[in-house]
Amino acid sequence: MPHLLQDTIAALYRQESRRVFSTLVRLLGSFDAAEEALHDAFVAAAEQWPAQGMPENPVAWLVSTGRFKGIDRIRRDRRLVGWADAVDEAESVADDAPIWEERADDARAIEDDRLRLVFTCCHPSLAEPARIALTLREVCGLTTEAIASAFLVATPAMAQRIVRTKAKITAARIPYEVPGPAELPARLASVLRVVYLIFNEGHAALSPVLADEAIRLARLLRALLPDPEVLGLLALLLLHDARRDARLTRDGDLVPLEEQDRSLWRHDAISEGCALAEAALSRPGFRAYALQAAIAALHCEAPSAADTDWPQIVGLYDALLRVEPSPVIALNRAVAIAMRDGSEAGLALIEPLLPLLPNYHAAPAAAADLCRRAGRLVDAQAHYRAALALVRQDTERRFLLRRLKEVSLANPSSWDRTDGG
Amino acid sequence: MKYLCLVYLDAEHWNACSDGVCAEYVHELVAAGRMVAGEPLHPTHTATTVRVRNGEVTLFDGPFAETREMLAGFYLVEANDLNEAIRLAAGIPPARYGSIEVRPVRALQVEPNATAPYSNHPTGDRS
Repeated sequence: MPHLLQDTIAALYRQESRRVFSTLVRLLGSFDAAEEALHDAFVAAAEQWPAQGMPENPVAWLVSTGRFKGIDRIRRDRRLVGWADAVDEAESVADDAPIWEERADDARAIEDDRLRLVFTCCHPSLAEPARIALTLREVCGLTTEAIASAFLVATPAMAQRIVRTKAKITAARIPYEVPGPAELPARLASVLRVVYLIFNEGHAALSPVLADEAIRLARLLRALLPDPEVLGLLALLLLHDARRDARLTRDGDLVPLEEQDRSLWRHDAISEGCALAEAALSRPGFRAYALQAAIAALHCEAPSAADTDWPQIVGLYDALLRVEPSPVIALNRAVAIAMRDGSEAGLALIEPLLPLLPNYHAAPAAAADLCRRAGRLVDAQAHYRAALALVRQDTERRFLLRRLKEVSLANPSSWDRTDGG
Repeated sequence: MKYLCLVYLDAEHWNACSDGVCAEYVHELVAAGRMVAGEPLHPTHTATTVRVRNGEVTLFDGPFAETREMLAGFYLVEANDLNEAIRLAAGIPPARYGSIEVRPVRALQVEPNATAPYSNHPTGDRS
């Protein structure tokens, strides 16, 4: 095969295979059949295109070739199995043929299939870890090995999670559809949460693969369903991700926002994120993601930490707390108030929140930081120790240990307790 | 496709829904052509658990598993997919006090020439 065509097919696979897959799922009614048919379609392309030339619409060609290969396979299996079920399945797939032929090059139908796939993988009847794994596997096309290593899970365990999830979709007949207007807001929230959690996992574990996939997913959703919260989520992810290179020292130590070298921030991502955040807030129906994006935008737009517009950030947290009352948001608001009005004002708000967040290391860590700023070093040490007892992520643990050492050194009476407990 | 909706309630809410309220919903399901079968159950202290081991029948007083929420009844409904089954389950009156477990019903996997166990349940039912 000429190298050029081989490269074209490889590029097509990278860019379009999940699109072809999502339509094959609808046409063949099963994830596994679609995966096999997708493979068969690309094998056929590699065999036939060099002689026959590339078809005018390669995606439509791959879809209809995959569909025929898939039906062939179902018919072969039917002869092997001989159950009435498989007969019905093959016939019902074959019966769909005329409908598909009319829509073969209907780009909108294929785009709808991508959205159907997202909503199916993020169905609320699936457990959250299952939604995340399935979305990365089926929508993003990540290998099971890559997903397992990103979540620090053994590959066989991740493979089993994915197989079980697909089995539930088939057995319980989770429909392959975009929910209707009545159900859309709740179902979209479940999709956005999956994207957000994938990004967060990547952000915390400093795994660029997951962060990149989450941004790709958010871009896909934005193209398919430009809801203000979708814009808000994409903006939020871009604005966080823009600071990726400044978050760590060369030795892998965490750098807090106010100490980051702002020249390392990616300004193209910041301007895109800010524009999206503004667009999200200018539309009716924005909620928590758009507001969080606006807060991130204010941080990114400040020329220095000292120039941060804390009064406006507090105002946005007030709005966020109304939309989504939660102790975590109240904690972030308290930190913003501390930055606007002084550490003691923030601490007065944080202390009652600590018992509400008994397992969240960021709560004592925020209290510790404000005590440190206020010069209450003994209190700071106690809060750092509480945070260290809860933190799971290694870079954050090292950051908290470093801070504990700093406040302990500044408070000589506690030198015998600087081990960090 | 059929879904079994298992109604679970704790002792405190066992009688929270009157039979009249439940009957009303059953009528609704029947009118919509969604009701296949359904019955309320006596409380779990009336249960007997049966096991056969080595050909011998052994009996236990009480349910198979003691849990805070107990099986209070069931609805067997007809739905096109899980989303419709979830909508039907959410309408079952005790859903407001307890939980409804929605389980897809599967067909027995038997050779096509084997005797069908019941004439109204064809293998691979895809209505």
